[in-house]
Amino acid sequence: MKTKKSILDSNLFYTVLAIIIGFAIGAIFLLIAGISPAVAYGKLLDSVFSKPKYLVWTLVYAAPVIFTGLSVAFSFRTGVFNIGAEGQYIVGSVAACVVGIKLQLPPIIHPLVCLLAAAAAGCLWSLIVGILKTTRGIHEVLSFIMFNWIAYYFQNYVVNLPGIRRQSGGEATENVADAARILLPDGLMKTLDCSGANWGFIFASIAAIIIFIIIEKTTLGYELKAVGFNKNAAEFAGINVNRSMLTALGISGALAGLGGAVQVLGMGGRLSQLAAQEGFGFDGITVALIAGSNPLGCILSGLFYGAMKYGGSKLTIVRAPSEVVNIIMGCVIIFIAISQVFKVLFTSIGKKKEA
Amino acid sequence: MSHQSHMDPNTMVIEMRDIVKKFGDFTANDHINLTLHKGEVHAILGENGAGKSTLMNVLCGLYHPTSGQIFVDGKEVHMNGPRDAIDLGIGMVHQHFMLIQPFTVTDNIILGIEPTKAGVVVDEKLARQRVLELSERYGMKVDPDAKIEDISVGMQQRVEILKVLYRGSNVLILDEPTASLTPQEIDELMQIIDNLTKDGKSVILITHKLKEIKACSDTCTVIRQGKYIKTVNVADVNENEMAAMMVGRDVNFKVEKKEMTPGDVVLDIKDIHAKDYRGIEILRGLNLNVRQGEIVGLCGVDGNGQTELVEVLTGLRKAESGSITMMGKDAFNLNPHDSFEAGISSIPADRQKHGLVLDFSIEDNLIVQHYKEAPFSKNGILKRDAIRKNATDLMEKFDVRPRGAEGKAAGTLSGGNQQKVIIAREVTNDKELLIAFNPTRGLDVGAIEFVHKYLVEQRNKGRAVLLVSFELDEIMSLSDRIEVIFDGEITGSVPGAEADEKELGFMMAGGKKNEN
Repeated sequence: MKTKKSILDSNLFYTVLAIIIGFAIGAIFLLIAGISPAVAYGKLLDSVFSKPKYLVWTLVYAAPVIFTGLSVAFSFRTGVFNIGAEGQYIVGSVAACVVGIKLQLPPIIHPLVCLLAAAAAGCLWSLIVGILKTTRGIHEVLSFIMFNWIAYYFQNYVVNLPGIRRQSGGEATENVADAARILLPDGLMKTLDCSGANWGFIFASIAAIIIFIIIEKTTLGYELKAVGFNKNAAEFAGINVNRSMLTALGISGALAGLGGAVQVLGMGGRLSQLAAQEGFGFDGITVALIAGSNPLGCILSGLFYGAMKYGGSKLTIVRAPSEVVNIIMGCVIIFIAISQVFKVLFTSIGKKKEA
Repeated sequence: MSHQSHMDPNTMVIEMRDIVKKFGDFTANDHINLTLHKGEVHAILGENGAGKSTLMNVLCGLYHPTSGQIFVDGKEVHMNGPRDAIDLGIGMVHQHFMLIQPFTVTDNIILGIEPTKAGVVVDEKLARQRVLELSERYGMKVDPDAKIEDISVGMQQRVEILKVLYRGSNVLILDEPTASLTPQEIDELMQIIDNLTKDGKSVILITHKLKEIKACSDTCTVIRQGKYIKTVNVADVNENEMAAMMVGRDVNFKVEKKEMTPGDVVLDIKDIHAKDYRGIEILRGLNLNVRQGEIVGLCGVDGNGQTELVEVLTGLRKAESGSITMMGKDAFNLNPHDSFEAGISSIPADRQKHGLVLDFSIEDNLIVQHYKEAPFSKNGILKRDAIRKNATDLMEKFDVRPRGAEGKAAGTLSGGNQQKVIIAREVTNDKELLIAFNPTRGLDVGAIEFVHKYLVEQRNKGRAVLLVSFELDEIMSLSDRIEVIFDGEITGSVPGAEADEKELGFMMAGGKKNEN
């Protein structure tokens, strides 16, 4: 009896349940589209697990969304809603790209400088919004969304600047210097047979552990959480609420900026002119929600999301629309959001049975 | 101000008979009777939480009475919401105004029943004209084109009254109408009430200010702890007698206190002026000091500046002028952190808003002022063992239940145990001054005794204690010295041992000491 109760109390149980329901609903849509869910889901699994290189690709896809997921999760834990991870991701990728093109530095140093530039850019982008909030009382959600668009057009502006735009034509930047890339060593890359294999996932995992330690183990995390949970009580206890809020937003922005950097230094090697927001920041919201805002959970949910993104891109091979992945992810989020309802429902049924 | 009655004793407008209103097990109104005549001003007097507002919410259709009858113009009525009450000519002006700030005075008054051209377009001209007519008829000066956000609180109140009149009300219920007004605005309101009754309207006035009742009411019904006490003719009683009726109940228990001679002055407040959240001056040159080894009880009706005073002392609000010192050192307009460092710890009035982070564990709540210090952290890393041990010890000492809940969220505790967590933290801080603001609100008898015991213990240790409470009993049983706050000033000081409930009640309502 006791074990059953603890399962019904655990968030993981509801997350898994939400994922299963998400797939079930995705299956219904596949059936409506006249495609066998078994075939489509088989292909999805196949394209992630059948070869080692596919798994490596999953890690490559996961890295940026783990970063943006961490960014959003950190903001949730500290009581602000960073819906601006998209914009911070973009300015981060632009900063990393420009520094990667324009500077000539030795390997190891160069990518570090790029990452630092990206983190600073994301941090700054988020801080502007934070300062608007603390000094002018403007709600962060509003300004974050506007700053996403400002970042978007900013990228398109930078991409087309002379000296940045590639001379060989095309609406993209020059490639970043080889020294600035964070690709795995050639030999290892050949063994894995994956042209995009990079350190991004490792960086993201390290970041997740650091964020976990900050939140759970440090006085800084204590302070930020206190402000996040109850601003009034924190202020009453003598914590500087505005400074805490800015610190939280700054760290959150830096994480999203790093997400942009690992994408451009790892997989892309350059930036293109955007036709629409790419959505890495918004994917971060999904990742954070699935992880229950737990930084370590973000690694797992980021991997799950990366797998779905990578596997989903191959669904067209079996003539299934890759949008089915978005349906599944959407449903997962909805059911995680209403998992509290399930929780109450199940525990009350459990109680009735006991009585 | 002498009161000229316009009451017509032969025309009864409202009769509430045997009204009972229960919320679960709690009886807010216990067989209350009320009659109201044409042209009458009927005051309802009672302490905070006596059940006045509940009774009025029954009368204006917001609550269904559990039992009892309501008659309007001699006919029994059953109301299903405020709309029905409005149709019956009963209108309420709430203490907290319900106006749309960016709209004009006229827009607010006509909202919901706009006069229209061809049923579609609002006839602004006609609306404006009607508002002007009404305001002239009752001598209520308003600018029909001004926006609410630009006008004074007094004028906002007139707009609320006009709103009710515009809807054809014959009975106006005014809930604590003077709470936010300046003395001059209060005089104007008295004149408006007179104009209304002269015109045959009836007014119910909810208040605990005796002077105003004397100034403008014909009759007064006293309610205490939900029970009907009696209805009196205001002309036949003096303010002292009314105060006795309002608070008159046996003092529950005297807290055991040893004799002490107060020591040096700890907190010294001189000529403090401060504004409330609306920018109205609420502390008007207040002076107060608290010495070592004494409990000073600040007693007064809610809304006379207590909240703002405590906010100024704890750093949540900036005062306009004056001086505050702690142990002789300047402590004027500090931020919360510096105020704590200056030696002020505080049990806040709202334990869930200011006292606790409900989503934090109990152990984390207990270190909220000390998380940066040894032994709870080192080099920015929290020391979980020390934090846990601190919680275990304090929960044992202060009897926080359930035991072993150190890591559980504070929000899972009962109200009394939440309060014990705060007491444990603040008493353990052992600062020179402990401020306790309504420290026993909502607690059961056992928890109240517990809280009182620790306040007295702090005093016995030679600490200064400032007790701010709306509970007269609590003030009387704990205080070595009682200071009465009224309208942002200290209006009287009484040694705790000599306090007399009737006299305090009188002073709380604005009366001066030794004056009848």
